[in-house]
Amino acid sequence: MSSSTDQEWSAGRVATILLEAEDTTSARGSIQAEWPGLDLATAYAAQDDALARRVARGETVTGLKLGLTSRAKQRQMGVDAPSVAWLTDAMALPAGDPVPRSRLIHPRAEPEIVFVMKRRLAGPGVTATSAMAAVGHVYAGIEIIDSRYSGFTFTLADAVADNNSSGVYVTGAVGLPPESLDLALEACLLEVDGQVMDSATGAAVLGHPGEALAFAANTLAERGLAIEAGWTVLTGGMTDAVPVAPGSRVAAHFTHLGSITLAGG
Amino acid sequence: MNVDDVAETATRLLAAYEAGSPTHPVIADHPDATLTDAYAIQQAQVEEWTRRSDSVRGHKVGLASRAIQRQMNVGQPDFGHLTQSMFHLENEPVPSATYLQPRIEPEVAFVLGRPLKGPGVTVADAVRAVEFVLPALEIVDSRISDWKISIVDTVADNASSGGVILGSRPVPLAELDLRLVGCTLHRNGELVETGAGGAVLGSPLNSLVWLANTVGALGVTLEPGHVVLPGSMTKAVPLAPGDTAVTTIAGLGTVTALLGPEED
Repeated sequence: MSSSTDQEWSAGRVATILLEAEDTTSARGSIQAEWPGLDLATAYAAQDDALARRVARGETVTGLKLGLTSRAKQRQMGVDAPSVAWLTDAMALPAGDPVPRSRLIHPRAEPEIVFVMKRRLAGPGVTATSAMAAVGHVYAGIEIIDSRYSGFTFTLADAVADNNSSGVYVTGAVGLPPESLDLALEACLLEVDGQVMDSATGAAVLGHPGEALAFAANTLAERGLAIEAGWTVLTGGMTDAVPVAPGSRVAAHFTHLGSITLAGG
Repeated sequence: MNVDDVAETATRLLAAYEAGSPTHPVIADHPDATLTDAYAIQQAQVEEWTRRSDSVRGHKVGLASRAIQRQMNVGQPDFGHLTQSMFHLENEPVPSATYLQPRIEPEVAFVLGRPLKGPGVTVADAVRAVEFVLPALEIVDSRISDWKISIVDTVADNASSGGVILGSRPVPLAELDLRLVGCTLHRNGELVETGAGGAVLGSPLNSLVWLANTVGALGVTLEPGHVVLPGSMTKAVPLAPGDTAVTTIAGLGTVTALLGPEED
């Protein structure tokens, strides 16, 4: 590809390359390294293009996911804002199913606080408080992230184009109304094979997961989009992501939202 | 290490407190020092403190979380002694000259209502011995330069103990699931860490059981009224003179530690 020029690259081509990498579970190098013209706006265009193709092949949009919601990860990537990406029904993992390894390249798990929207939420001007008023129920979640880039080595634009390292996600059995929870102090204990690997509370997500939801609504508004009633929103990893090895067991135990156990496949 | 080596090393660590400047690692002089040697060095300092009319008021467990174990590159907990002079009041400036390179950790402090004597202590025994818990901040510190410590160094240095700030609301264990209690840690108003009780050896109660059985094997009983700090729920965060640290622990409330201004 060393002979590529800016004219040959486009958001559509980036979407094609990354969807093919996903479908064939083959990792590749950074696209931005090959095409420095891949800026953030183009990366989101590639993400939207890929979503349109997922829908065209029969998938349904189920919601959104946020990435880079912790200060530590933002510093690591040299950014000061989170990023958003799309969820479809093909990414929803039924409760009790193992991690579908055959569809994934190098899965990692992270525990998340998940919102299901009772009302449409449209920016701009959404605050954490007005965002929370649109939330119907709060669930525990485990997101299995995956990356189409070798070794999870990517730039911010690379990751955004790659639908923020989306893989599959599973939500807990208990949905609680948000007004009954102090989400900043809702804790999660992340275990792998019965050993506690990490712990965190909802405050690790931008100070409060409601801030992540407000950010998503406001940033989508810049693209003329809104968060729709019934959508699922994964608010961002509470801890660092842990690799999911074959045969391993990942569990996330939440203070009030219950536990999720997932077989590594 | 022979008896003289132990005494000499204890004296060197005691001198580091008094000089207000850290010293080199124990293992630099004694590469073959064992954990038993290290606890003997710790004990020699505790005896010197009690000779100077300080008194043992409890214990702390260190290196109890995966986060801290990774940070320190060790695989097991250790314990140290808490003496009366280490206890400070919340919202009152803690004299900064007392510390060399302090860090702060959020913890759930156990206050014992009856004696707990190992070996053979179970979780059930531990629960029955706890009168109540308090939210707490622990100031950890190292008398070893730049925190370049092995487990032998930290054990010899009283498990890197420094100070304790207890909160004011006692809560009985029955009201809490200590494993899933969440906490946040703010320094100067900025969120720096979050965590859960289970980060401490799976549960802070496991830490209390480990302590009772470990000191019990040495003939020591955990006494009624004593405070046990089971270990940090998060990574330790550096604290500078003038800094404020606040932990909020679900079900237990908040504790504020204020490190006083720089002193000469």
